[in-house]
Amino acid sequence: MSEWQSWPRFRYEAELDLRFPEEVASMPGGRALFACIQCGTCSGTCPLSTYMDYSPRKIIAMTRAGFKDEVLRSFTIWLCASCYACAVECPRKIKITDFMAELKQRAIQEDRDPKRFPVAVLAREFFNAVRKRGRSTESRLVLRLYAKTNPLKILNQARLGWRLLRTGRFGLRAESVRNRQQIEQLLRAVDAAKAITLVDKLAQKVARA
Amino acid sequence: MKYLYYPGCSLKGTNRAYEESVLAAFQALDLEVEELEDWNCCGATAYMAVDEMKSFALAARNLALAERQSKADGPTLIAPCSGCYLVLSKTQHYLEEYSEVSRTIDGALQAAQLNYTRKVHVRHPLDILINEIGVQTIAQRVRQPLAGLKVACYYGCQIVRPYAAFDDQVNPTTMDRLIRALGAETVDWPLKTRCCGGSLMGTLQEVGVPLSYILLKEAQKRGADVVATACPLCQFNLECYQDKMSRQFKERIEIPIVYFTQLLGLALGVPERRLGMHRLLVPFHLLHLRAARGGAHAHA
Ligand code: SF4
Ligand code: SF4
Repeated sequence: MSEWQSWPRFRYEAELDLRFPEEVASMPGGRALFACIQCGTCSGTCPLSTYMDYSPRKIIAMTRAGFKDEVLRSFTIWLCASCYACAVECPRKIKITDFMAELKQRAIQEDRDPKRFPVAVLAREFFNAVRKRGRSTESRLVLRLYAKTNPLKILNQARLGWRLLRTGRFGLRAESVRNRQQIEQLLRAVDAAKAITLVDKLAQKVARA
Repeated sequence: MKYLYYPGCSLKGTNRAYEESVLAAFQALDLEVEELEDWNCCGATAYMAVDEMKSFALAARNLALAERQSKADGPTLIAPCSGCYLVLSKTQHYLEEYSEVSRTIDGALQAAQLNYTRKVHVRHPLDILINEIGVQTIAQRVRQPLAGLKVACYYGCQIVRPYAAFDDQVNPTTMDRLIRALGAETVDWPLKTRCCGGSLMGTLQEVGVPLSYILLKEAQKRGADVVATACPLCQFNLECYQDKMSRQFKERIEIPIVYFTQLLGLALGVPERRLGMHRLLVPFHLLHLRAARGGAHAHA
């Protein structure tokens, strides 16, 4: 049993967050959440199930029931390799992979992602690199990843690093787009649009109240 | 017809042999390819984990640039990396299906002085080779048949999932057909679309290594001499951790992992160096293989 595998805790209904399923279902195509018949096909198909703390089927059930904290703190969402095997087999055509991605985003936004867990760290590092340069450079990303999670591990990789260097596959030159300003404009516009949608939603709520 | 080509970050980095072999093989088939100017990161799955809308925006910039650069009305954008291929295709699907996505992305493009009119065709090189050029034409161009070679064709996940735009989702065959047209044999290998572990290999090796090991163990058992891949991440995962697998599972795992475009290039008579064969960590040379087989050439 590895460190990231824990056991589900007992919960009273009053402790659940009943707004959570609605929030998640607001993603594109998100209403499908409520169509799940809990057949377990996704969990049976998923090659990572055995390593997860909650199986994909459980994640769907727990999201729907409002186990917000457990879901957002789970390792399952970070173990999902986006292989889409579950989504293809699901009899209700639910895009489970997209739910996993949405839950990762929410975990980061709410600051509940595991801080030194390498998968979450890589996602953040990747994001920052692309925001700055428009492209990522694998070699630099890997070095930063080890620096932020487990610097000693890099020694294990020394032989591989050397072999990659020798075959001309490990260059440290940072890749970048020419028009960096355009990338910034583009991403800032997405942020602005999101803020507006948020304000709209709040306004609707106020109007209804 | 000229194709636009989207390399993506990986094909400029650790997996440049894929770029080298795609370009050399296409050239050997007289197909004209031009790199997309000032392309940016596709948005890839790791980016999606942080902010999906931004990943769509990044992908859409590439699509907009493709329309701008190409003279053709509906330009074809070739994306050899499975990750890029998926993100670019997914973005197109979402622009189509969800008005909220389409509104936000069009607005963001406009803010960056760009415009995308939804005309780009995103295609994987396998799709072009099989469905546009055709196996017969390719077979005619073969100068060095790969006779006697046994290949396990590995498609990985994201070429056929979730969209299956050009091949069967459960049992894809395009690569098998291509490899057979080159004179090689393909082994029956049911794991051809099972996940290799993806980026988990870099982050959680204790999970990634067993996933890739299962694939290779089975390929070896089925008598494959080599595994052909169509994705930089798959190639890396399957090739670079074989010594770890051997140690961990007390079993010798040693099998070359090449790009399908490298096999294509070899068969078309492209020199090994131009196909990036010298970048493989587990070396692969047709000549050695033939020598070891004692002239398997003969029963072609
Ligand atoms: S396969 Fe689909 S319907 Fe079945 S449990 Fe999983 S998500 Fe629910
Ligand atoms: S997409 Fe994620 S949850 Fe679905 S089968 Fe693959 S790893 Fe499992």
